[in-house]
Amino acid sequence: MKAFTVSKAVTALMLAGLVLLPLYSHLSGNIFILTLFTRIIILALAAASLNLIMGFAGLMSFGHAAYLGIGGYAVGMLAQEGVGSGFIQFPVALAASAIFALVIGALSLRTRGVYFIMITLAFAQMAYYVASGLARYGGDDGLTIYKRSDFSGLIDLGNRTQFYYLCLACLFGVIFLIWRIVNSRFGLVVQGLRSNEQRMQAIGFPAKRYQLVCFVISGTMCGLAGALLANNTDFVSPAVMYWTRSGDLMVMVILGGMGTLFGPVMGAVVFLLLEELLSQITEYWALILGPLLLLIVLFGRGGIMGALGRANRG
Amino acid sequence: MLLVVEQFLNGLQFGLLLFLLAAGLTLVFGIMDLVNLAHGSLYMMGAYFAATFAAWTGSFLLGALMALGATLVLGIVLEVTALRHLYGRDHLDHVLATFGLILFFNEAVRLIWGPAGLALPLPAWLTVPVPILPGIHYPAYRLAIIAVALLVALLLYLGVMRTRIGMLIRAGASNREMIGALGINIKLLYTLVFGLGAALAGLAGLMQAPILTVQIGMGENILILAFVIIVIGGIGSIRGAFLAAIFVGMIDTLGRAFLPNLLRQVLSGAAASTAAPALSSMLIYLVMAIVLVVRPEGLFPANRR
Repeated sequence: MKAFTVSKAVTALMLAGLVLLPLYSHLSGNIFILTLFTRIIILALAAASLNLIMGFAGLMSFGHAAYLGIGGYAVGMLAQEGVGSGFIQFPVALAASAIFALVIGALSLRTRGVYFIMITLAFAQMAYYVASGLARYGGDDGLTIYKRSDFSGLIDLGNRTQFYYLCLACLFGVIFLIWRIVNSRFGLVVQGLRSNEQRMQAIGFPAKRYQLVCFVISGTMCGLAGALLANNTDFVSPAVMYWTRSGDLMVMVILGGMGTLFGPVMGAVVFLLLEELLSQITEYWALILGPLLLLIVLFGRGGIMGALGRANRG
Repeated sequence: MLLVVEQFLNGLQFGLLLFLLAAGLTLVFGIMDLVNLAHGSLYMMGAYFAATFAAWTGSFLLGALMALGATLVLGIVLEVTALRHLYGRDHLDHVLATFGLILFFNEAVRLIWGPAGLALPLPAWLTVPVPILPGIHYPAYRLAIIAVALLVALLLYLGVMRTRIGMLIRAGASNREMIGALGINIKLLYTLVFGLGAALAGLAGLMQAPILTVQIGMGENILILAFVIIVIGGIGSIRGAFLAAIFVGMIDTLGRAFLPNLLRQVLSGAAASTAAPALSSMLIYLVMAIVLVVRPEGLFPANRR
């Protein structure tokens, strides 16, 4: 094991930056940057969960935004019905995401490759239409959450700094979990299935069962991101689940480096900062971002982590 | 009775329109193995071109023909400049790159035509209701869509199954190295196929334009329906796409029209009116789920490789 590599140094720098950010925000009085980075961290969490299924298990889910919406709607609907306790809201959000992932996964895993991409996309879009049809919970217009999840004094989500650190702790927790999963026997089986499913099955591993469990874990993690996102915006709407959001998450994973532990975090930071920066330069920022994506796909193999790895060697 | 016939024809018309979109998508996938998310953008461009050219020339038909040509050219340019370099790459790369193209097209349209939608007015001779059965009238324009789409489907079938180019296309789908080794210009063939797919998407867009408004993002929702059709019909199969498209068009249209009434007979009024819109938009996805459980490869898988 090498003691020092460029990618490790950059990752450590980025993580230190994320931990110290509230300090900078307080000293400079720049509140906007704290809000921006809370969003970035939550979406990094979602991207990390997508990376588990996409990078390590090799299953291209194009419907991951659905869990963002399900987690968010669980919080929003419970708040609307007068259940404000985070101790109920968050478990329900996770459970709902897990159940959705179980059903969708069981159906989608009957197929492979492009079919899988299209089917996960279609099911997420179905969730989008269902949410649009929920007249009681705002329908198309979405649902305003008047009170953030209440953790009975343990942590105050209304406090920007506390909420930021909660999100950061969730992100680190999820990444730690992914690290443990990837290096466990279960994780090795799942990665083996990515390389050669037939061979793994011949050895005697039930491929579908392993992949389904991984799919459910990934969906549940993303549901957590959804619950946090709803708290961050005090609002949840079907737009959270729109398929371009799933595409954004995929871009973050690829941009950062698929199948690396911290790549998705890096990807989320760079992608969202780029979006923010370009939107300040021009109203038509997507005009630049779109072709940029095309160029990254054509020339930038392995994402940022891949480039950093090459920088280390060369 | 009137409503049933009318909705039945609406379903057929919508299904045929979806077929034009799905045919291009499945052709490009079956032959070049390329997943093209930007197919919906070509549909949108067809509609915008038609609205612009029709306003310039003052003639709907002339505008439509020019728009068809413009989408064909746009498709070819797109293939030569960008998508050609994606052949043989991972499907994930296709998804990302074409996702980028969608962002680009949506933003370009916003820049050129502005954020507000356009309208494509129909000429008077297409707006008259035509008697189709004693006492039942149906808009001429929708009948025209049905006729044009059926004609295109027939031409596509004859073109692929009966001509030399079609033979090369089918050969390219089953073994691209071999057909290249036999001295066929496979690059040109791919460009042609992509252009054809683009033109079909453009045709669907420009025909749908007078019924709906021409707006940014119009291609995205319908693209997902086209995906559902391909999954149900079997990837790479034009016949499957045709049957599945009509099936999906019918289910979607009839579901939206009659499901609320059906529900009202089972549930209370309030519950039915809450559940109906969600359920009717879920209907085709439920059908897709059932198809997947029964036939994971789709109903009519193309027998390739």
